[in-house]
Amino acid sequence: MSSTPIATPVAASSGSEHFLRRALRHRSFVLGGILTALLVFAAALSLVWTPWSPYEMNLPGKLQSPSAAHWLGTDVFGRDVASLLLVGARNSILVGVIAVSIGLFIGTALGLIAAARRGWVEELIMRLSDFTFAFPAILSAIMMTAVFGAGIVNAIIAIGIFNIPTFARITRASANAIWSREFVLAARACGKGPWSITFDHVLPNVMSVLTVQITIRFAIAILAEAALSYLGLGTQPPEPSWGRMLAEAQTLLFQAPQLAVFPGVTIALAVLGLNLMGDGLRDLMDPRLARKR
Amino acid sequence: MGPFLVKRVLTLIGTLIGASIVVFLVLEILPGNAAETMMGPDASPEAVQALTIKLGLHLPAWERYWQWIAGIFTGELGNSYAYSSPVSELMLERLTLTVPLAIMAMCLTTVLALVVGIYAAAQHNRFGDVGLMAVTQVGIAIPNFWFAILLILFFSVKLQWFSAGGFPGWSEGVAPALQSLLLPALSLAVVQAAILARITRSAVLEVMREDYVRTARAKGLSQRATLWGHVLRNAMIPVLTVMGLQAAELLAGTIVVENVFYLPGLGRLIFQSIANRDLIVVRNCVMFLATMVVVVNFFVDVLYAVIDPRVKASDI
Repeated sequence: MSSTPIATPVAASSGSEHFLRRALRHRSFVLGGILTALLVFAAALSLVWTPWSPYEMNLPGKLQSPSAAHWLGTDVFGRDVASLLLVGARNSILVGVIAVSIGLFIGTALGLIAAARRGWVEELIMRLSDFTFAFPAILSAIMMTAVFGAGIVNAIIAIGIFNIPTFARITRASANAIWSREFVLAARACGKGPWSITFDHVLPNVMSVLTVQITIRFAIAILAEAALSYLGLGTQPPEPSWGRMLAEAQTLLFQAPQLAVFPGVTIALAVLGLNLMGDGLRDLMDPRLARKR
Repeated sequence: MGPFLVKRVLTLIGTLIGASIVVFLVLEILPGNAAETMMGPDASPEAVQALTIKLGLHLPAWERYWQWIAGIFTGELGNSYAYSSPVSELMLERLTLTVPLAIMAMCLTTVLALVVGIYAAAQHNRFGDVGLMAVTQVGIAIPNFWFAILLILFFSVKLQWFSAGGFPGWSEGVAPALQSLLLPALSLAVVQAAILARITRSAVLEVMREDYVRTARAKGLSQRATLWGHVLRNAMIPVLTVMGLQAAELLAGTIVVENVFYLPGLGRLIFQSIANRDLIVVRNCVMFLATMVVVVNFFVDVLYAVIDPRVKASDI
């Protein structure tokens, strides 16, 4: 070791490497990322292995406390709680992915169209999305599942429909800001059409805002699915669902209080992880903060 | 103020009309003849036909829609099938629970959020701020019905201070009624308070960075005096807007929370009526909720315009 260490200048790293390094220093993002990764891992694991079968009932062994055989105990039908939670993770992710995708694709398309077309098209799309403010999402989800039938598919559609206005509004706001930027004006001056401008210039620049929104809406979708399942309108038995596990546990608060704790903790951790990751992404993508670092 | 107000009122009416059409149409899609469903599979065709005519289901859709709207203004909302009583009476009875519940929840939310948010902002980047923000992060992640169950577990099962559900009614006295509403209001309030606290904190921090605050401090005004005299009034603007939006969330939350505590409120009525296919009740209750939400947002918008004159100028 030399006695006078000289700071050797490091060559400037590429953009994505730089981003990754900043990301790993951001506490919220790291913590959120770990929790979200755990959620995804649990769901993936449930596809190949669970400690016990989540469908196998064992009435003599019901309502057991956590033990070596059953890490989190058993429920009122003798099913292993840990296995139920793992498969529940799979269902929650399924709902989240599809519901958010519905909102993302349709909502973003509407927002981009609104920003590109302006005029009455924009006004119409925005009025329609403002209009959904009048209906709280859970109420409409309940109505929809009641009208069209309870079940995971209808729950996904109901939650997905309520993502559309949010994505439309955010995409339009972002897209409008980009449309007024100089490089877009230059493209228009060169005769570039609105659709190619949208795809080549506007869409890549709204991606960062959309990424943040995706994590937030994913978290909301998980909460919504849990609420619907709690009311009996979401995932139907025998498919495990965190929300329905809480409904069952509520009837057994005197005999087995621990049953009410575990599913709620998993819901909270999943949502917390996604929220933290979304907050972290928002901070990381904020150009003001990027310049400071 | 004139043109702004006119435009907002027109938007309000338009939204309400649109909402009523949507509510009406969604329930129209319900498959099967409603009278058939209500009478059950063993009913004779004549009985079903009689009920169909009695409920007015044979009339064309737009005529039924118009009847319903006209009925709203005269207070004649029809009769509930499941309860065999006028819908308006049913709703009023349920509202004597849901309205106090919502008000309690809103008060709890406001107090909790403002205290936590302002304190966190004043303790910016110190332990108080970081700690409270961690707590609010967890608060946002918790489902409100799970928090309700935890409250029941702790206060009803373990401590036996509160009952696990039910509502004794106002006739037994104000205190027992309020006591039964406390846990539900708290479970509604906690999540909303967490969100509002974060917004309060960032609004206060944003305002504290402004030049006029720095000037006030430079003139010798204490931290506390600047907070009360300058910062809070300006920070309240975004906070009030969010509170208006939260009114909608709160009303929606009553649907789930009333089910957790078995409270006979409006939220539970909607849920049960949907299960019973009691369309008349569902239609009117949903319309009522939607109206409440839209009206509250309207008042928040107007209030916002009154507090911040810049809003009127820009939003034409």
